[in-house]
Amino acid sequence: MSEQIDQAISREYEAGFVSDIESDTFEPGLDEDVIRRISEMKEEPEWMLEWRLQAFRSWQKMTEPDWAHLGYEPIDYQKISYYSAPKSMKDRPKSLAEVDPELIRTYEKLGIPLHEQEMLAGVAVDVVFDSVSVVTTFREKLAEAGVIFCPISEAIRKYPELVKKYLGTVVPRTDNFFAALNSAVFTDGSFVYIPKGVRCPMELSTYFRINELNTGQFERTLIVAEEGSYVSYLEGCTAPQRDENQLHAAVVELVALDDSEIKYSTVQNWYPGDENGVGGIFNFVTKRGVAEKNAKISWTQVETGSAITWKYPSCILRGDNSVGEFYSVALTRSRQQADTGTKMIHLGKNTTSTIISKGISAGNSSNTYRGLVKMGPNADGARNFTECDSLLIGDTCAAHTFPYIESANPTAIVEHEATTSTVSDDQLFLCQQRGLDIEKAISMIVNGFCKEVFKELPMEFAVEAGKLLEISLEGSVG
Amino acid sequence: MLSIKDLHASIEGNEILKGLNLNVKPGEVHAIMGPNGAGKSTLGYVLSGREEYEATSGKVEFQERDLLELEVDERARAGLFLAFQYPVEIPGVSNMEFLKESVSAARKERGQDPLTAAEFLRKAKAACEQVNLPLDFLKRGVNEGFSGGEKKRNEIMQMIMLEPTLCILDESDSGLDIDALKVVADGVNSQRDGKRSFIVITHYQRLLDFIKPDFVHILADGKIAKSGGPELAKEVEASGYAWLEDHEETNA
Repeated sequence: MSEQIDQAISREYEAGFVSDIESDTFEPGLDEDVIRRISEMKEEPEWMLEWRLQAFRSWQKMTEPDWAHLGYEPIDYQKISYYSAPKSMKDRPKSLAEVDPELIRTYEKLGIPLHEQEMLAGVAVDVVFDSVSVVTTFREKLAEAGVIFCPISEAIRKYPELVKKYLGTVVPRTDNFFAALNSAVFTDGSFVYIPKGVRCPMELSTYFRINELNTGQFERTLIVAEEGSYVSYLEGCTAPQRDENQLHAAVVELVALDDSEIKYSTVQNWYPGDENGVGGIFNFVTKRGVAEKNAKISWTQVETGSAITWKYPSCILRGDNSVGEFYSVALTRSRQQADTGTKMIHLGKNTTSTIISKGISAGNSSNTYRGLVKMGPNADGARNFTECDSLLIGDTCAAHTFPYIESANPTAIVEHEATTSTVSDDQLFLCQQRGLDIEKAISMIVNGFCKEVFKELPMEFAVEAGKLLEISLEGSVG
Repeated sequence: MLSIKDLHASIEGNEILKGLNLNVKPGEVHAIMGPNGAGKSTLGYVLSGREEYEATSGKVEFQERDLLELEVDERARAGLFLAFQYPVEIPGVSNMEFLKESVSAARKERGQDPLTAAEFLRKAKAACEQVNLPLDFLKRGVNEGFSGGEKKRNEIMQMIMLEPTLCILDESDSGLDIDALKVVADGVNSQRDGKRSFIVITHYQRLLDFIKPDFVHILADGKIAKSGGPELAKEVEASGYAWLEDHEETNA
């Protein structure tokens, strides 16, 4: 049976193709001069350059963390190019008609043609192709509501006061090695600002795509929800097949002011490397949000790609009665390694958090949940519930769980539940005896396992996530 | 429709079936009885193609196809249904979803279009009523938190939905009280249409009071030790299986 399963889960990466759009790309290497050039390319004000340089100087004194349950060859940061932009995009297109047709074809191969997306009800798309945001749609509708949704490089020029006020307040420049690197060299990302009392009229969506050989992707996203506002943000990624490892070190900061709510959903499907683990994206991400009084931050992620995933979307529950949620599905196969989880830092009174983590390991992969629940001394009546489930497919994969619980308040309650199960031969036999082929059987069992998380995703993303899992698990069963 | 000739089968090298012969014609109900360890459940697993059960020699023809050459799911789509003795849970996958997929697979094999949502629901509702399961069972996870009796009835419900040509019931009576037993038997009887065939595996004669077999076979030490009509089951009820030991040194 396990041989069949192996066949069923090994497949060619469907998004594995290369699109040959000409690019402006820096020579590999990183020094202050490179940072100055990035800042210049982005036409940034002086304060931004200074901010970057300070981050770079801190980064130079830092060492790469090695506590994660991951194994990989050391990364040579001087062999990476830190800027790449599609050449034909220097003059920004005013409409899709002006977009490079090659780019449109790339999206069509992925099954997400832009012109269809544009028509998709209620979804505004800020497309990030490599490092430059190429197209932003639905801006007018958003502008009517007073919502700002634009590339962060544009926000730095157009809304410097807002950016200055919040950038680095949730994830400081010196937070960690990868966040410092990102702060020094980030090239683009999204900026979202929801004014007081406004419910964002549509779900905001960004598709990321890494397309340049050896080009690090350093996205920086900042979302600010003013008092009593609401926004749902979707982030989806896929990348073409490459032999070289590609470094990705993104930073996402969420600021949820009093009574506001931010829902942040991710579907991540970057190139995981081949069956022997060659190539694939190294994904070191720092995502964190601060929730003020009565605010709510909800992270939902479906992680199926990347060779290495190092990612802990976290909530600092600073305001009283604030709420943090983390719903995660992480699937690893072949030689993929994931070390992911969350941190829930309870500072305010009566803060609550929920963690539902579903890890699925197949092939020779390793899947680790790492989570911290911290109850501060003032977190009277705070509560956390954690459910952490692992599903193993086959007998050559691994699942690990590292839950950390620190409580400095005797009235706080922390609950932790964990299970480990396998896709059993009995389950597969039942499905097959009812006429389902083995691929369908596995995908159905896995989707069932993930149901609690999928139901947290916005509708169109839930469909996509289900399909992604199915594609990720399907293979060439002979 | 099913012809088993000199079938030998083993699990991990231990021979369980040792030359079994059986012929089932359309519309017939065959009961397989026998002591524990005789190979009754093994027969069900070998016919449905479970991996650990290896047919080492012999021939099985099912609707003019070489059954042993087919994969588990191919056999199922060809119309072979096994009602499990111990149905397994599939958390998070609703009965509805599960049935939809399996019914679609069966219909596709028969060259039929998938049922519309309304047709499916009508059929599922009727099947639920037939086995006395409330409709909200369709929304629950497959066998998730079901009682033993509910699981058995759920198997019969699946059988009704899939419209197989050959149904193998593996001790569908075990662990059931008399009322639940009647529900299961009624469900099975409702599917007897003169074409659909049944192999009813049971340890006890009790089930056969409700599902009237055309033939009764006593399986002992991997072979059919004795065949007869319904009266044979009564004989077993009266005298147990001890008489078998006069014939063979076997199994306990």
